[in-house]
Amino acid sequence: MAKKSVTKSESGKTRRVIVVGGGLAGLTTVIKLCEAGVPVDLFSLVPVKRSHSVCAQGGINASVNTKGEGDSPQVHLEETVYGGDFLANQPPVKGMADAAPGIVFMLDRMGVPFNRTPEGLLDFRRFGGTLFHRTAFAGATTGQQLLYALDEQVRRYETLDVEDDKGTAIRGEKMVRKFEFWDFLSIVKDEEGRARGIVAQDIKSMAIKAFRGDAVCVATGGPGIIFGRSTNSVINTGTAAAAVYQQGACYANGEFIQVHPTAIPGADKLRLISESARGEGGRVWVPKDPREKRRGRDVPQGDREYFLEDKYPGYGNLVPRDIASRELFLKCFHEKKGVFNAKSQKNENEVYLDLTHIPKEMLRKKLAGILEIYEKFVGEDPYENPMRVFPAVHYSMGGLWVDFERADNGSLVMGSPKNQSTNIEGLYACGEVDYQYHGANRLGANSLLSCIYAGLVTGPAMASYRQGLGKSSFDSSSTLFEAAEKREQKKWERITAMSGSENAFQIHEELGQTMLIDVTIERHNDRLDAVLSKIESLTDRSRKIAVLDSSGHANDNARFVRHLENMLVIARVIAQGARNRDESRGAHFKPAFGKDRNDAEWQRSTLALHRDNGDNNPGINFVRAFDYSLLGKTQNITDAVDLSLVTPRARRYETAGAASAVAQHKGDEPKGAASKESAASAE
Amino acid sequence: MADKKIRLKVLRQDSPDAGASKRWEEFDVDWHPQMNVISALMEVRKYPKTVDGKSVAPVVWESSCLEEVCGACTMLVNGKVRQACTALIDQLSPNGEPVTLAPMTKFPLVRDLVVDRSRMFNDLKKVHAWVQLDGVHELGPGPRQSQENQEEAYPLSRCMTCGCCLEACPQINDSSNFIGPSAINQVRLFNLHPSGKMHAAERLETLMGDDGVVGCGKAQNCVEVCPKEIPLVDSIARVSRDVTKHMLFGWLLK
Repeated sequence: MAKKSVTKSESGKTRRVIVVGGGLAGLTTVIKLCEAGVPVDLFSLVPVKRSHSVCAQGGINASVNTKGEGDSPQVHLEETVYGGDFLANQPPVKGMADAAPGIVFMLDRMGVPFNRTPEGLLDFRRFGGTLFHRTAFAGATTGQQLLYALDEQVRRYETLDVEDDKGTAIRGEKMVRKFEFWDFLSIVKDEEGRARGIVAQDIKSMAIKAFRGDAVCVATGGPGIIFGRSTNSVINTGTAAAAVYQQGACYANGEFIQVHPTAIPGADKLRLISESARGEGGRVWVPKDPREKRRGRDVPQGDREYFLEDKYPGYGNLVPRDIASRELFLKCFHEKKGVFNAKSQKNENEVYLDLTHIPKEMLRKKLAGILEIYEKFVGEDPYENPMRVFPAVHYSMGGLWVDFERADNGSLVMGSPKNQSTNIEGLYACGEVDYQYHGANRLGANSLLSCIYAGLVTGPAMASYRQGLGKSSFDSSSTLFEAAEKREQKKWERITAMSGSENAFQIHEELGQTMLIDVTIERHNDRLDAVLSKIESLTDRSRKIAVLDSSGHANDNARFVRHLENMLVIARVIAQGARNRDESRGAHFKPAFGKDRNDAEWQRSTLALHRDNGDNNPGINFVRAFDYSLLGKTQNITDAVDLSLVTPRARRYETAGAASAVAQHKGDEPKGAASKESAASAE
Repeated sequence: MADKKIRLKVLRQDSPDAGASKRWEEFDVDWHPQMNVISALMEVRKYPKTVDGKSVAPVVWESSCLEEVCGACTMLVNGKVRQACTALIDQLSPNGEPVTLAPMTKFPLVRDLVVDRSRMFNDLKKVHAWVQLDGVHELGPGPRQSQENQEEAYPLSRCMTCGCCLEACPQINDSSNFIGPSAINQVRLFNLHPSGKMHAAERLETLMGDDGVVGCGKAQNCVEVCPKEIPLVDSIARVSRDVTKHMLFGWLLK
């Protein structure tokens, strides 16, 4: 038999794959696929340049060690898994930390205007959970700049032709076809359960259409909007993850939701004030006297309580986010020492984030982006007055379960089709939507890195999968796709016909409230039980919604109902996961079970599978193990965490250097010795 | 003042081909703290009833980040093109004045406040707004760059492709095919980058036609409305100079 063509199916169609989501993870995946010669259809709810990655501010971590501090990828690995309270599989984290310097160099080559040192090198700043200057940055809009650089590279591939196996251009076939303003509805599965394509909806014409793809990747971001207002973009409803979860994909560690300590309140969203503000020397404090009425800038040093620095002399204002958020909550909510507000005549749940001691010129060069946001939305000058901030839901460590293949050196086997594969064959996931890199708590500036690294891993994995796949999706029976299209069309008709008495936005607001109050910083089992029954009642009510828009054109209202239904599904996975996990670990804090982990029982991933009971009341199966099939082989998966590289120990951020054994050791040496050593190794 | 109301006047149209449905509708929403145009629209969306008590379809608009970094929610607020997220109600309507919202006029309408800005993204293709990379594999550090260079490039690189500059530019109209300030600014940005400039000529050539730099009428409206304060006029001037130089002497250098 002649060698099977990789670029053409037997019926002569070009074998494309599908990537859903055009943030950092999706775009990187697309680039890697294109480099491997695999043409891609890229779907996105918004023009990819407007994806949520654009909101990332502070920077991207890479242990380049240009400051001569003795930083290394090994330290980065150790600090990341320690910060994540030992819930992350360590080989993918090692892969990420090792690749990080190369990733930042790649971005620099793409033209990201990273801040520079006087010598023309990349500048690095400090971030949470480390003592090293490890974070490369472009002002305080790093996410925007990274997203644009990748967007530009993908745009270039939109202009390039697909080549066949002999290297001849195929007319009319471009390497990347973009489908922007398309909403992902579901994957198309064949009889064996393999992903063969997707169904999506054009959100302008509302047309529902099935697309073939030899592999599918969802890179659709987090589910922050489940919590009502958060630091997330309004598009982050988690709807794609919810859809594939209901089609059988495993959702892991859903209960781990990161609350960022410093955001500013708003009626429509809570706007982030980056951790880089503290990385550049910003200090968090409250007045010692809770009745303090002077303006922040007028309160003398002696009357201020720098509570993070006092309690954590080792890491100070740069303790990881879970800890900082808990301390802010303790100060404001339990001790009632939040900043006194003259207008409301009460102590608000706000603390000061103070940059006023830092030279303005430096602030302008390094933090202008976030200070502009504060100025525009609060109407106060953060160069002159301490900012008032409070915690806000920010990031989901949990997400779709994905596999990895461990290499002998402890890292990943690049190009293995297992990497970033969900338990649905042919369906991949990467970016915030996956659960892989951050364990129970993500360190700042690791998210841009994990998105890009996961993309670099996913592209080759999908290319290998396509190569190993027996029959192309482009040779699959068209009835498969027609049936999927019909199924989604029926669902859409059901929604547009809804004429009950409930309001979708009201239900969403109530969902957000209950999740925000009881499933964030502190969790109590009786409250979680109440949340679960609230979600159940909201789900009931969501079946009686009145759809207010009957238009067949750009009907956002009916579309929101679908997103809401999916949010309710994932909300349940998050809340039930939190209810089950009786311990405190990273961002998941249950005071009733003490401050520490219970490794004997809970050193394991939460694995949630959708259970369709055939009625209106689906359930969740929390499992300890499952099997899935990939290219003819059965993979046996358990909830055990791969801890093969760094041995778990209790987190103690009170002590400087506690997060890394290697760094701690380095810190013991006198400065001269350390520089001598690095000089020796350079030889 | 719990009963303070804010009045929104919204220019609506059901779809591009339904010109007859073009109309102004007015809505009253409760004032709330930190209110911006988006949160006001969210209130309208919840209970879409006009001031005459008529139930209508919710207003449709485009938005994503809500912190003026994605560019999605650009529209005309009180006649001025800007992002709706940073349009704070207390500043727009200190004494309860009505706030008018209308879609941008220089792009094809989709529905209500949503327009189709795909031409801007296509223009980025036209001018080759990218660095021509050999690949994303590891090739070591990028070229060194001075702080000065970074400080010039970074502001140029903050363009959100929001469309404010095109909306404000008098040269963008039905009888002109001027590419507009944002794409020209991208040419300056990439021609500034140490490896981007290796393909500077290619980019300049894309701006030599009648849709290129000659289209600028020097009204300088673009720089006035740019939410990111990108020095667009400066960019157009520099790129024009480079285009002219390339036209006159480019062939000599080949």
